[in-house]
Amino acid sequence: MPQPVKQLETTRKGSLDGALRAAKSGGCAPSSCGLSAPDDIDPAIWERIKDHPCFSEEAHHYFARMHVAVAPACNIQCNYCNRKYDCANESRPGVASEKLTPDQALRKVIAVANEVPQLSVLGIAGPGDACYDWKKTKATFERVAREIPDIKLCISTNGLALPDHVDELAEMNVDHVTITINMVDPEIGAKIYPWIFYRHRRYTGIEAARILHERQMLGLEMLIKKDILTKINSVMIPGVNDAHLVEVNKWVRDRGAFMHNVMPLISEPSHGTYYGLTGQRGPQPLELEALHDRLEGGAKLMRHCRQCRADAVGLLGDDRRREFTRDHISSDVTYNASKRHAYRQLVALECGDHLAARKDAITAVTSAESDGQLHVAVTTKGGGRINEHFGHATELQVYVVSQKGINLVGNRKIGQYCLGGWGEEATLYSIISALEGIDILLCAKIGDSPKKRLAEAGVRATDAFGYDYIETAIGALYAAEFGVKPLVATA
Amino acid sequence: MAFKIIASQCTQCGACEYECPSDAITFKGEKYVVDPKKCTECRGEFDTQQCASVCPVPKTCVPA
Repeated sequence: MPQPVKQLETTRKGSLDGALRAAKSGGCAPSSCGLSAPDDIDPAIWERIKDHPCFSEEAHHYFARMHVAVAPACNIQCNYCNRKYDCANESRPGVASEKLTPDQALRKVIAVANEVPQLSVLGIAGPGDACYDWKKTKATFERVAREIPDIKLCISTNGLALPDHVDELAEMNVDHVTITINMVDPEIGAKIYPWIFYRHRRYTGIEAARILHERQMLGLEMLIKKDILTKINSVMIPGVNDAHLVEVNKWVRDRGAFMHNVMPLISEPSHGTYYGLTGQRGPQPLELEALHDRLEGGAKLMRHCRQCRADAVGLLGDDRRREFTRDHISSDVTYNASKRHAYRQLVALECGDHLAARKDAITAVTSAESDGQLHVAVTTKGGGRINEHFGHATELQVYVVSQKGINLVGNRKIGQYCLGGWGEEATLYSIISALEGIDILLCAKIGDSPKKRLAEAGVRATDAFGYDYIETAIGALYAAEFGVKPLVATA
Repeated sequence: MAFKIIASQCTQCGACEYECPSDAITFKGEKYVVDPKKCTECRGEFDTQQCASVCPVPKTCVPA
């Protein structure tokens, strides 16, 4: 059994130094996250993704990314996107509250790096297209790389202008690129993209989709040739491309994409997007899960995506962008590496501990003689632990535990139940509907009243496993539920 | 003849500034404006007005 390590602070305050001292007394030397790569990942690839939260499910518990909204200009129109409106309470791709110049972006990155020790990745994801608005993207990366050499750089693009810049991306050591690919058939593409702007002309219909598709594939092949890790994002649009995404998955796998992230369409009428206004619905959580299951065995799937904004800051489940708006950042900031450095040492210890605990729990589950299956929802704010109160949670992580192991299958956004010290009755009602198909809810704390209401709706909620590792708790739960040999808790 | 930008509809994405072959579009104060002295409506250079072609919002880059 590994030494119990002092719980990792993922909260805002808390003394890193104290935690580090406590961790060091555990007696093992800090190394990279996870003393060894998980079994299903090539060690060389693991080295490149172990601290990228969007490329590694393990890393997303510990590491944070930030996006700087320096690239507002866009060369295509998608039916699920409307960049005209920004609401501070909205969270969806393509939305940003303030656009930044490369110099403002640099100051923001330094301010965040000084305050958010988990920061490991800087991404440019728009709010337009990072490759089309290339001058600003490039200027930002050059400035940041000079000041903070160890930050990973990544971009997200629609792919149309990507082939023009692959060489420069490689030169700037951009090691992670995400292309949004929603179709490999222009007939379907024409229903998603009303127009594109390419080589000084606007194209529409099938022709537009065909050009976009060819450029996306060319860009993907060029990236793979340069050995740049490439993730593919796809938006699942029921009745438009949902069945077709199986085909997309095959295409991108055959061309060497590292990971495929299938996300649900967000189409609230209030967002004013074409799909929002025409009543095109997004998929239900269980529909998305079923599609994910159909894609198993193809390109590796990402199931922990939070569909974050073009100006998100922080761990994937914990957006801190409001702390770093333009008026909060002084014009003169100097990078101080100490917090990030100390945090990395701490993570090295904790992460190895977590991997070991996770392995034990999964082994216990898979070796049990039971064909039972549970859907378990968890509230967490990072660190791989059940450390969020039910009343504070804005999302649920959904795990399925069965003979196949303990697997994250998705996340569901919920309204915050506890606001200003009071539980909101109306919110609880919507949370109950978001819990569809869930057997058990695990959280750090839950009051008797919501617990009772959830039980009436058929969901058992418990804080008995508060602050445990997620997999350890689920393993113990599985053992209790199906009468298999329980595990000795490790942390 | 020149084009103009309807400021109330403009998302300030800046794509038109980038595409304009005559450098006629600049960010002034709080909005993008077309300099009518420089704007050629892209005649002799492109088949379509570049600002209107790239603009993500309909009817926002229009004849003045």
